[in-house]
Amino acid sequence: MAGGAMVKAEEVHKSFGRLEVLRGINLEVQPKEVMCVIGPSGSGKSTFLRCINHLEKIDAGRLYVDGELVGYQQRGNKLYELPDREVCRKRSEIGMVFQRFNLFPHMTALQNVAEAPLHVKGESRAAAEARARKLLERVGLADKVDVYPNQLSGGQQQRVAIARALAMQPKLMLFDEPTSALDPELVGEVLDAMRGLAEDGMTMIVVTHEMGFAREVGDTLVFMDGGVIVESGTPREVLANPRHERTKLFLSKVL
Amino acid sequence: MTEIASGPSSSRAGGRPEAIKAVPVRHYWRWVSGVIVLLIAFAAVDTVATAPQMHWQYVWQYLFGALILDGITLTLELTVAAMVIGIVLGVVLAVMRLSPNPVTSTISWFYIWFFRGTPVLVQIFFWFNLAIILPYLGVGIPFTHIGVSASTNKLITPVMAAILGLGLNEAAYMAEIVRAGIISVEHGQTEAAQALGMTRLQVTRRIVLPQAMRVILPPTGNETISMLKTTSLAFVASVPELFTRADQIASSTFEVVELLFVASIWYLFLTSILTAGQYYLERYFARGAQRELPPTPLQRFRRLLFTWHAAPPLPPDVMPSLGEHR
Repeated sequence: MAGGAMVKAEEVHKSFGRLEVLRGINLEVQPKEVMCVIGPSGSGKSTFLRCINHLEKIDAGRLYVDGELVGYQQRGNKLYELPDREVCRKRSEIGMVFQRFNLFPHMTALQNVAEAPLHVKGESRAAAEARARKLLERVGLADKVDVYPNQLSGGQQQRVAIARALAMQPKLMLFDEPTSALDPELVGEVLDAMRGLAEDGMTMIVVTHEMGFAREVGDTLVFMDGGVIVESGTPREVLANPRHERTKLFLSKVL
Repeated sequence: MTEIASGPSSSRAGGRPEAIKAVPVRHYWRWVSGVIVLLIAFAAVDTVATAPQMHWQYVWQYLFGALILDGITLTLELTVAAMVIGIVLGVVLAVMRLSPNPVTSTISWFYIWFFRGTPVLVQIFFWFNLAIILPYLGVGIPFTHIGVSASTNKLITPVMAAILGLGLNEAAYMAEIVRAGIISVEHGQTEAAQALGMTRLQVTRRIVLPQAMRVILPPTGNETISMLKTTSLAFVASVPELFTRADQIASSTFEVVELLFVASIWYLFLTSILTAGQYYLERYFARGAQRELPPTPLQRFRRLLFTWHAAPPLPPDVMPSLGEHR
């Protein structure tokens, strides 16, 4: 099976109608590894990320998280779709941070963070809120506990979103262009929060355009284009000496 | 001379420039047309008020009469009961309609098709006359004799017939209103909730519906106001609500128009209260969607008084009081 890898993809394919978005993705992410995924828009980076927590169903190939198939169960030679309850349980072990934050606007920062522990894990209100406070403090928002999202800056909202994902104590964190919707001067505070997370040993897959972050924090860098992985390696290697023409072309535009 | 060159900073350094005092544009035609409209309105009111056969003393006499007040109680009870059925069933139907399960979504589609497609008057009348075709109602195991049953006339009283007719019909309309609200919530909200491991029902109840409320509330207030008046249809089932009572009094005293006035005054008064209630309810659900909640009429009035001479508006003192909501 998948050995000790946290995420393992084997020939993952995904189409939307006639459009083939993923055309055979193969990769492995080890526990505590930080993998950064770069590539032009439409290359399938976000779709791949969304396949990992089964927000999208893959059409072909195999995708494992922590040694277990995503969305299916294999018995003998047959695949069985997992019931909704199981899909939800597995999603609850994976944190996800979105480009557009997607905080719940009708809840305060604290309520946003405590929501899933309270209602998915069934923790007591006292325990959930105590941990939510700690997490908000950790991302530097101890004073924003009772504030609604629309009174926060983009950077603050994204840090609440990170705290919200962490509240479920995930074994894996997925970041979908977490700084792309932010004003330039707010990018740093979000990247700092992510850097702290990486230092604490969180396994992370980060789809990003922040090459500086990829170089400093990333253990591996993957360049995707046209639904395949064109090139991967350590960030320094790939960024300094790209081997493929497409990588060179892309980096020449973004660096 | 030098002040022009230094630009906006000069105004900060040299204090605020003098406030503009200009002669406002005069709108003479607004005054003229306003007077004309007032004259017409006065003439219309005067015609009715001084109509030779109009007995105003009866209007005042019956306005607080015991029969009418009883009717109002029943009208309010009918409105509340029908709206509760309508809203609860409407939410269930809307969620069913949007479900990926084809059985539930088809049931919901069929329900809405049927109850929206037949007149509510017919539906009330149908429940009222159900006993004609089904003298006994019961629940039991089909094709056996196991179960309980009771006389239809005892189960479906006139009031019950009105509540069923109005409520079940309302549910069809509420279902569409709720569905519109659910659809209006950004899909990213659902995804974020799913990514946290929430089930479909949890996502709907905890995340989507509260946000849909902002879209659902205004038309629901509209429906409630409409329902308050539609309860008058219950008179076909001889339910002694406000209109039926007015009609009964009128048919014995022949003061028909006077009692229509009595009923109308009460309907207007009650709908006015509902309108005010709707305003505050909408304001409550606007939290988190607007930075500053719109002021209540009272706050607006106070602000008007206090800012009559001062230039800058008062800082919003609205949010903290609502921010503590759990």
